[in-house]
Amino acid sequence: MKTILFAFSLLFLSTPTDLVTENGYSIGDIATDFSLPNVDGEMVSLADFEDAKGFIVIFTCNTCPYSIANEDRIIALDNKYKEKGYPVIAINPNDPAAAKGEAMSDMKQRSLDKGFTFPYLQDVGQQVYPQYGATKTPHVFVLQKAGDDNIVRYIGAIDDSSRNPKKVKKRYIEQAVDALLIGKSPSTTTTKAIGCSIKTL
Amino acid sequence: MKPNLLLAVLLFVAYSFAQTTEVISLDYQQLQPLLHQNSNTVQVVNFWATWCAPCIKELPYFEELNKLEGVEVLLVSLDFPKHKQKRLIPFVEKHKLQSKVVHLDDNDENYWINEINTTWSGGLPATLIYTQNRRGFYEQSFTKEELFQEVKSYF
Repeated sequence: MKTILFAFSLLFLSTPTDLVTENGYSIGDIATDFSLPNVDGEMVSLADFEDAKGFIVIFTCNTCPYSIANEDRIIALDNKYKEKGYPVIAINPNDPAAAKGEAMSDMKQRSLDKGFTFPYLQDVGQQVYPQYGATKTPHVFVLQKAGDDNIVRYIGAIDDSSRNPKKVKKRYIEQAVDALLIGKSPSTTTTKAIGCSIKTL
Repeated sequence: MKPNLLLAVLLFVAYSFAQTTEVISLDYQQLQPLLHQNSNTVQVVNFWATWCAPCIKELPYFEELNKLEGVEVLLVSLDFPKHKQKRLIPFVEKHKLQSKVVHLDDNDENYWINEINTTWSGGLPATLIYTQNRRGFYEQSFTKEELFQEVKSYF
């Protein structure tokens, strides 16, 4: 009986986040495609964007203050780079059962209120974010198309001042995508910023 | 001014000062020495924010830890600077936090996240535990049992 109790307590002690933090993509890896529901009810895959040269994949959510502080910057990125071939694809990795305000209905409302110009997908079953190695919101992955593959070219923050858009000096994503658009490798490929842990049961 | 009125005013001023909770704001350069104290106690540094639900859940465990002999807890708030007066200080007062609380106000996250620990991706909550000869970093939430077990392994 004691061993059973012990085994049981071990089960509860292990946190689910431990399983995913060590994995995920490095620069140069091939990113997986997915098929996830968008706020407009359609399913979205990277393969749907035939004319894209790549993607700005952003794991973000409804309630994290760091995500909210970056919403306008994410919209601006999509407005600037969609027509150049790098649309924003936003994915909410949070399990709505583990966090209030993260259900598809909440996502639809947020998308409407803010006027999102990009797909805002739900990572149903939390299958996609661990493959990418996202650990927080917001967490960005810039992908470049190479034939049927999508190569990871940049991982990290949107810019160097996540809390205060007025103090931005380095626009990391813009620098990365601008380099890719002229056939160069981004000079900065990985950066960090504070974010909210991804909520799972 | 009558002397007794003056006394009343003075008492009132003293009383209001006693009620004011001070939380100092630091940039990383100022915080850094607090992450490298040459102390005989186990230093536990928790990075949190009032908006971070899993942080708030584990905060009482850190408060309990702070009562232990040989353990010193530092709570580093990452609340937005504009929320320091409206949210952080009222939270510290409401919950009567006994551990030392400081507010990290430094925009260059890409610099100081790596300085604090290269394995930290930037997610909250996160905890640094260190002694003179061992340092560990934990980008995770703790249960009370996990936290106490982990800290005890540093003794």
